[in-house]
Amino acid sequence: MSPPLLQVNDLKKHFPVSKGLFGRKSEWVYAVDGVSFEIARGETLSLVGESGCGKSTVGRAILRLFDITSGQVILDGQRIDDAHPSTMRQMRRRVQVVFQDPFSSLNPRMRVRDILAEPIRNFGLAKSAEDLEVRVTALMDTVRLPREALNRRPHEFSGGQRQRIGIARALAAEPELIVCDEAVSALDVSVKAQIVNLLQDLQQKFGLALLFISHDLAIVEHMTHRVAVMYLGKIVEVAPRREIFAAPRHPYTKALLSAVPLPEPGAQRNPIILGGDVPSPINPPSGCRFHTRCPYVFDRCRTEEPQLRAAEGDQWVACHLDALPAG
Amino acid sequence: MALLEVENLQTHFRTPSGINRAVDGVSFHVNEGETLAIVGESGCGKSVTSMSLMRLIPEPPGRIAGAIRFAGRDLLKLSDREMRAIRGNDISMIFQEPMTSLNPVLTVGRQIRETLMIHQGLDKQAAEAHAIEMLTLVGIPEPKRRVREYPHQLSGGMRQRVMIAVALACNPKLLIADEPTTALDVTIQAQILKLMLDLKSRVGAAIILITHDLGVVAEIAERVMVMYAGRKVEEAPVAELFRSPRHPYTQGLLGAVPRLGSSLTGTARRLAEIPGQVPDLRKPITGCVFAGRCALATDLCRQYAPGLEEKAPRHVAACHYAAKGAVAA
Repeated sequence: MSPPLLQVNDLKKHFPVSKGLFGRKSEWVYAVDGVSFEIARGETLSLVGESGCGKSTVGRAILRLFDITSGQVILDGQRIDDAHPSTMRQMRRRVQVVFQDPFSSLNPRMRVRDILAEPIRNFGLAKSAEDLEVRVTALMDTVRLPREALNRRPHEFSGGQRQRIGIARALAAEPELIVCDEAVSALDVSVKAQIVNLLQDLQQKFGLALLFISHDLAIVEHMTHRVAVMYLGKIVEVAPRREIFAAPRHPYTKALLSAVPLPEPGAQRNPIILGGDVPSPINPPSGCRFHTRCPYVFDRCRTEEPQLRAAEGDQWVACHLDALPAG
Repeated sequence: MALLEVENLQTHFRTPSGINRAVDGVSFHVNEGETLAIVGESGCGKSVTSMSLMRLIPEPPGRIAGAIRFAGRDLLKLSDREMRAIRGNDISMIFQEPMTSLNPVLTVGRQIRETLMIHQGLDKQAAEAHAIEMLTLVGIPEPKRRVREYPHQLSGGMRQRVMIAVALACNPKLLIADEPTTALDVTIQAQILKLMLDLKSRVGAAIILITHDLGVVAEIAERVMVMYAGRKVEEAPVAELFRSPRHPYTQGLLGAVPRLGSSLTGTARRLAEIPGQVPDLRKPITGCVFAGRCALATDLCRQYAPGLEEKAPRHVAACHYAAKGAVAA
């Protein structure tokens, strides 16, 4: 069996925060604290969780937008977390990103043509000026934007159209993996549907793998093959779509799913309302990080941190409760 | 009995490139104790409508016309002074972003006290006691300590609770909630929605809920008004609207949201797209506002704007074809 496209082993990223008048007393934000997962070719893995759970930090670590604290990021069998800049350059072509805000992620001074041509030139993908032009127009067709729009600048487009430009730019580098960091979250309902459909079509067409970072569980269910649920810098559950949505095992996953309001008036649901707020990642709770809000907490949870272990088939859960015999 | 009656509301803004008809002839009412949701996408005029009700639109460049009758009085005819006595007292508002709507340099307690001292004429001690009561009511732990804290010391969910406490301090008859949970995480959203439902049954205020989230609408609204390009295109009781939407735009919106659990029931399908974009509101629109994006549009739609017609009991829609039943998705 060929290795997975992307492998993340025990990834940690801690950010320093300075306290005190002259920033002397330094504390750490444990943004991502030991996360492991794999993504196969052509697969969509979704990272879900609430603000501050570290899902975007994982995405950025894979893109190597900063150096990680410890752990490994392996792309196609080759470590990229400590790769030399010259090898990193080629690796960067293979992993691209689409950001949330299409207003701040496109250079307002550049024409669409140049925005799309830049990655093609940068990675030397075009053989000639004609080839470059062919590629750029093909990209516009792929993301269903009119070719005339190539000479316009980002401010002339609506949010949905800009997100299409962002996607075209990511595709320009011919990547194998695209990190979509809340790529549809800022869009209106009808436009969101257009972009979701586009991403699904592109995945089919190019065999792309997607790391889909989102807090919108209904969209995730619609798009994904597998889901990893994060809470305070840890993965608490990872499983194929069917298992997560039909039979979530971790109490946090259950609460998260039950909290989503359904567009069905009078629907019978029993939301599990969690008390309190997410604790600070500067000083995460001892033992299981979810124990301060968990409705099923018992003594062991407060002291011992549960490890992610296989519950059933491909469903992995980090919960002491799950390790107990059923009943 | 109608607590609020809005008639032919028009809120226009003068801009260098023409007059923007952000809200163009919208009429609706809210009964006492009722929850009305106003739904639509960015730029449909839902927030401008709510700001107009509170008369928070700067004039100029804005201009509000029509009638807004609240408990029998036309708010548009009141003096600024009379309007101030109503804002925060009879009608209050909560916004999407609690960090920008709370004053960062005043304690939470002082901000709740302020409305009580101005509108209810309470003295400082009485207002303080009431502020603590309000914080308890909205479920903030340790309210005695929290009244002395500043907004930055609270989490997003807590701040929204404080906003609700400020809004409800004077027992308003109408609460306008503009995207109250949009900026919150889903587990916190569940807390706030539950709080709003609990408080509504206890305080009995009518609520106008402005949102783009159809899940939130289904959860707490009784009646729904759908807006598009500054017009009201459909209105119906919530169950009726979700069961049999009549306007093609409403049908499009409902088809564009994936349902949680769809992968399990085998109902997963490609999401419906509404092609094209919202029209430019600075240009006069002849015919139906949705015609440019509507699959059913004919020459009739492009030439004559459809009026709001009753398609079923208490269910109105502005569509030439909705009545024929041909648009059922």
